[in-house]
This record gives sequence, structure tokens and C-alpha cells, in this order.
Amino acid sequence: MSKSKLIVPEKKRISRRSALKLAGAGAASLFAGPGFVRYAQAQSSEPIRIGFQVHKTGIGAAYGKWYGQTTDAAVKLINEAGGITGRQVEIIAEDDATDPGRGAEVVEKFATQHKCDVAFGTLFSHVVMGSAPRAGELKLPYYVVSEGHHVASGKLNRYTFQPGITDVRSQVISMAPWIAKNLGKKVAIIFPDFAFGYDHRDYFSAAIKAQGGEVNALIPIPPTETTFSRYFAQIPADTEVIYHVMVGPAVLTFVKELGEFYGGNHPPLFGFIDSLEAVSLKSPGLEFLEGSYFWEAYPRYAGAKPTEFDTFYRGKVGVDQYGASVADANDVSTYSHMFGCWETLYIIKQAMEAAGYKGPDDRAKMIEATEAITTIPEGNEHPQGDKIFNGKIHQVFGHQNITQVKGGVGELVYRTTIEEGMYEPEADYTTMAL
Amino acid sequence: MAFFPHLLLAILEGTVAAAVLALSALGLSLVFGVMRVVNVAHGEFFMLGAMLAWWVAKMVPGGPAIGFIAALIVAPLVVGALAFVTERLLLRRINYDPEATIVATIGLMFVIQQLALSVFGADAKAVSAPFAYRIALPWFGFSGYKLFVVVASIVILLAVWWVLAKTKWGLVMRVTQFDRETATAFGIPVNQVYSAVFVAGAALVAVAAVLIVPIQQAHYLMGLDPLLMSFIVVIIGGLGSIKGSVIAAVIIGLADGIISMFFSPTLASIIATLAVALVLVFRPQGLFGVPVR
Repeated sequence: MSKSKLIVPEKKRISRRSALKLAGAGAASLFAGPGFVRYAQAQSSEPIRIGFQVHKTGIGAAYGKWYGQTTDAAVKLINEAGGITGRQVEIIAEDDATDPGRGAEVVEKFATQHKCDVAFGTLFSHVVMGSAPRAGELKLPYYVVSEGHHVASGKLNRYTFQPGITDVRSQVISMAPWIAKNLGKKVAIIFPDFAFGYDHRDYFSAAIKAQGGEVNALIPIPPTETTFSRYFAQIPADTEVIYHVMVGPAVLTFVKELGEFYGGNHPPLFGFIDSLEAVSLKSPGLEFLEGSYFWEAYPRYAGAKPTEFDTFYRGKVGVDQYGASVADANDVSTYSHMFGCWETLYIIKQAMEAAGYKGPDDRAKMIEATEAITTIPEGNEHPQGDKIFNGKIHQVFGHQNITQVKGGVGELVYRTTIEEGMYEPEADYTTMAL
Repeated sequence: MAFFPHLLLAILEGTVAAAVLALSALGLSLVFGVMRVVNVAHGEFFMLGAMLAWWVAKMVPGGPAIGFIAALIVAPLVVGALAFVTERLLLRRINYDPEATIVATIGLMFVIQQLALSVFGADAKAVSAPFAYRIALPWFGFSGYKLFVVVASIVILLAVWWVLAKTKWGLVMRVTQFDRETATAFGIPVNQVYSAVFVAGAALVAVAAVLIVPIQQAHYLMGLDPLLMSFIVVIIGGLGSIKGSVIAAVIIGLADGIISMFFSPTLASIIATLAVALVLVFRPQGLFGVPVR
């Protein structure tokens, strides 16, 4: 049998290369058609992309988990109600490992790779400090949920906002008068040894002095520390109040060792709930906390008469009246921080809608629209309470709460006015170029 | 606080630190001594032991004491099994080459870390101590369980010493450590000895983790600290010398307790690192090590 019979004539033969070319062209034309349409519609039907910088790993992981859950709940609600300016919202979550260097990279990815409209959600202050300059350079609106005083201090830039959670300076100046009046005037401060802790150190020291009190010991603890008794030895014997604020994975050990050290016979304790976020007040070893006081941005325990907004918010996020997951009572939330994600997302929505936001070209308009916000009413969108936003320093001000541990839950004993946490603005971002 | 109670607390804290160090370094020292390879995943075996302690405590009903005893059995078994698989599939394939082992176990370290993150999650997990007893001193209180950890680590160290010095198993290990070729020539199954030592090292560090986790917390990144401290202890003490490791752990632990109490924890870390550097310069084989032949 001759071979030639089996061979396709030269002219009709389709080589592998030409076949690939053909397929490629076909595929290209397939994509080109809808692609053009897609482009034309991009302004109206493409989702709004919000880059969510989240501490999924590293020392902020416990917070990151709950920030994620709250963000998802709020976005679901916003999308069900029609999205932002009629467009659906898409969350693009990136882990920053609670690391400032990674944080800046994540912000860069949001702007250049994911083409996000805004970035949002950072908590730990050192990550905000590491990321905000990059967001400013990239002109990417950056809405943090951090508590640090860095935004209000004027050290960051026009593109960085903190509209959903109050800053440490505001929190501590509203606490100092109550502490001096009800607990004592000689205060030992235990604080984490980084930016967030320094805000506590500096502003509380000044605030208690203004009340005629004094700080008799400053005890910084590295946030990665695992053993704490040695630090408690530095608390002077004549201390009238121990003021503690800790963060990181070892907070429970911190509080337990405080209990071992003092037993039932300790000076009055005033803690920021950060020391026990994501930890149950009923954990074994924490019995000594009974009767002690906590600052809470948003009381974890719903109390006898929760507001309708609080009940709505708890239901949507999946948290019970004790601030724990409805699925697992041992899974305690970071209740005093995560509402900031919820409220910030609604501020982003408000600003985008006020600016008539259509795409990244409108970012400047969005910045100005955010700066124009003044009063924020309490409601389902702002369940923690009403607030006042200062557009010059990009910082929101709100009510603070003092709770006392009774029977293993924090009962509300005092809620400040917004004015008690106000201070003279030190900066004006609105004069900076856009 | 007055000087005496301050010093007492420093010594107590230092003793606990020394016990924790000696316990976590023991497995590494054993593996290094006999096999002459560095297991960088040592810290992750520790972390796994702690995670398992948490998991077992959650699964086993009947209170923390029963959970603790169950964890003391389960954790070394599971971690030991993992070490066995590692030894067979990883170390044996690369023929215990020291450099390759470092690289391979660094990889293993990341794999275990990320697996723990996916399976157990990123938040820190508290494990209750088997008993809660607070020793009330006139000036301050101290955890009774911490002192139990000190006693337990002394018992474990003595047991390991006894096995190495007084049993046939120990003899076989020492012979293998001394000269691998001659041991083979005398019919000692060196590969099986390596397997056993690697598994024993991992099981020991898992026991250490179960003991230590009630005074810390289980967390997927917790392996780094014990790894670094174990290296420091093993380097200062002398590679492969259990006695050296224990003495180094006591020195570093006490120094750390006292320096960090009277000065600052940062200074204590600086001095520990400096000590390692000085030992490496002036006595590369460590305080009690024998130079590698």
C-alpha cells in the first residue's frame, strides 16, 4: 500500500500551528463581542469593588475573623437593598498577616491588580501606619477601622478616613474623669508596646493629670509576649487603679496571670475591653474580674433593654445577647470593634451616593463627600449610636460605655455623651491637595 | 515591691522559664545529638502537641484533669506518628544530609503551620490547667501549676537521662551517635535507631507542649519561640549533650527571669543572643559538647 494515499494533499492540510491560530482568532472574536458591550456598560453594572484589608493571620487574627463576618453581613444587607448607586458591592478580601509591610503591598494590590474603588477595614494601628502612605500615593480612598489616633493626628493623608469607630484619644479623655471620680487618682498603666498603646499612654496620662490625678507607673508590654507576671511586679504598692489594655493572642494569659498575681485582693481594675476581646468573661481563672470595670465601645452584653437597632444588628451578624456566635457560645466576638466595619461600609455607601460615584475618576468627589458628613443618626446602619464626624481630621466621635462585670457579664454603668470625647482638632486634611 | 519579694518572683519565674526551655529543647538536643541533623520543624511539633492538647480537652468529657491525662497520651502518639512519616518519607530520602535536612524541615515547618491554620483556625486557644491552685504568698500569688511544670520537667529529664545512660536502648543510641559506621559494622540497625530517635524527639516535645500549654495558649504561630530558644539552649549547652542543654536552660531561664524582672525583657533577649554568639566564637562545640569528628 502506498503511503501517499493516506496523506492529505499539501494544500488542504491543516497544520497544528494554523489550527491553533484559527482557534485563537475564534476565541478572540468570541471574547471581543461581549467584551465591548461589557466595557460600554462598565460604568453602570460593574460591581463596586471594595478592597478589604483583613488580619486573617498574625496577632490580629481573632479580630480579623469577626471583621470578616460583620463585613459580609453588612454587604449582604446593602446588596439586598439594591447596592450602592444601584450597583452591587463586591468585597475583595486580602490577608495582611497583621504586618505593616504586607499591609502596604495589599493596598497596592487593591489599587493596581484588583482595580478596587476603595480600600477598607484595617484594624491594627501599625498596619494602618504602614499602609496609609501608599494609599495616599495611589490616591485610593482608604477607610480604616482602627481606633488609633493616627488619622485624627494629621499624620496621615487626605485619602485616609476613620468614620466608623472613635479614636483612642477620644476614648481615654472621656474615661479619665469617671476613673478619677469613682476609682482613684494614682493610676498604673499597662499597655501594648506599639503605636496603639502609646496613644493610651500619652493621652490618658495627660487626661488623668487634668483631673488632678497622676500616673505612677507606665508598663509597656510587647504584643507578642507570652508571660506576664514579671510585668505585674512593676506595679507600685500605692497604686489606686490598674488601667490595662492589651492586644494579641495572649490576652487571656495576661488577664489570668493578673488574677494569679493579685488573687481577690487587687486595686480597682479598669480595663479596655481589648484585653478580653474574643475571650469569654466566664473563662476559668477570670473570676477575680467580678466587680471590675471595662471601657466598651459597644457593650458586648445586650443588657435588659437593648435598642431595636442593636437587636437587628446582632441578628444579622449572628451574635447572641452575650456577644458570642449564635452557632457556638464559646466563640466570643470582638463586639467593641467589629461594628466599625458595619458602620464604615454605610459611610462609604453614603459618600459614594452623595458624590454620584461612577468610577475611580470620581474618587476626589467621594473624598469631598465623606468630608462633608457631619452628624450621623443612630439606626440600623449605625447601631452603636449617633455620631459626629469631623471632616477636617477625618475622624468620627461617638458615645463611650463603662461596664462593670457582674455575674460574668458586663453591665452598663455609664454611657458618655459625644461631647465628653471631643478635643480641639490638631489638623486640617481638607487643605491638602487631592 | 520590696527587693526580696521581687527577687523571689524573679527566681520563681526564672525557674519556670528554665523548665520550659529544658523541656522544649530536650527533643531537639536528642535528635541533633544522635542524628547530627537539625530539625527546623521542631517548633511545629511543639505547636501540634499544644493544639492536640486543646482538641483532646475539648473532646474528652469529665473536666480538665481527665482531658490533660488523655492529651498526655494522645499528643505524643499523634506527633510521634507524624515524625515517623516525616523520617521515612523525607529524611531517609535525602539520606540525612545536614544541609538538605534543614531545607526540607523548613518546608515541613510551613506546611504544618498552614495546615494548623486551616484546621484549627487563627485564634489563640486556651487550655485549662488540670488543677487550679494559687499559692498565696504574702506579697503576691503564684500559679501552683507552674511549679508542677517544674517538677514534671525534672522527672522527664531524669527519665530521659536514665534511658540514655542505663538501658540497652540508650547504649545503642550512644553508640550510633559516637560512630555511625562502626555501629553498622557491629550489626546495629542504624536506620531504625534514627527512626526511633526522631520519633522519640517529637513525642518528647509534644509532651512538653501538653505540659506548657495551660500556662500559655495554643496558637498556630507559637512554634517559633520554642524553636529559637531550643536552638539557643542546644548551641550553648553543646550539640547533642543533654546535660549541657539542661545546664544551659537553667542558666538562660534564670538569667532571663532575673534580668527581665530587674531591667527589661528586651535586655534579657539581647544578653541571651550575645551569649550564643560568644559561645560560637570561643567554644563552637558548646559548653559541654564534644567537637564533631
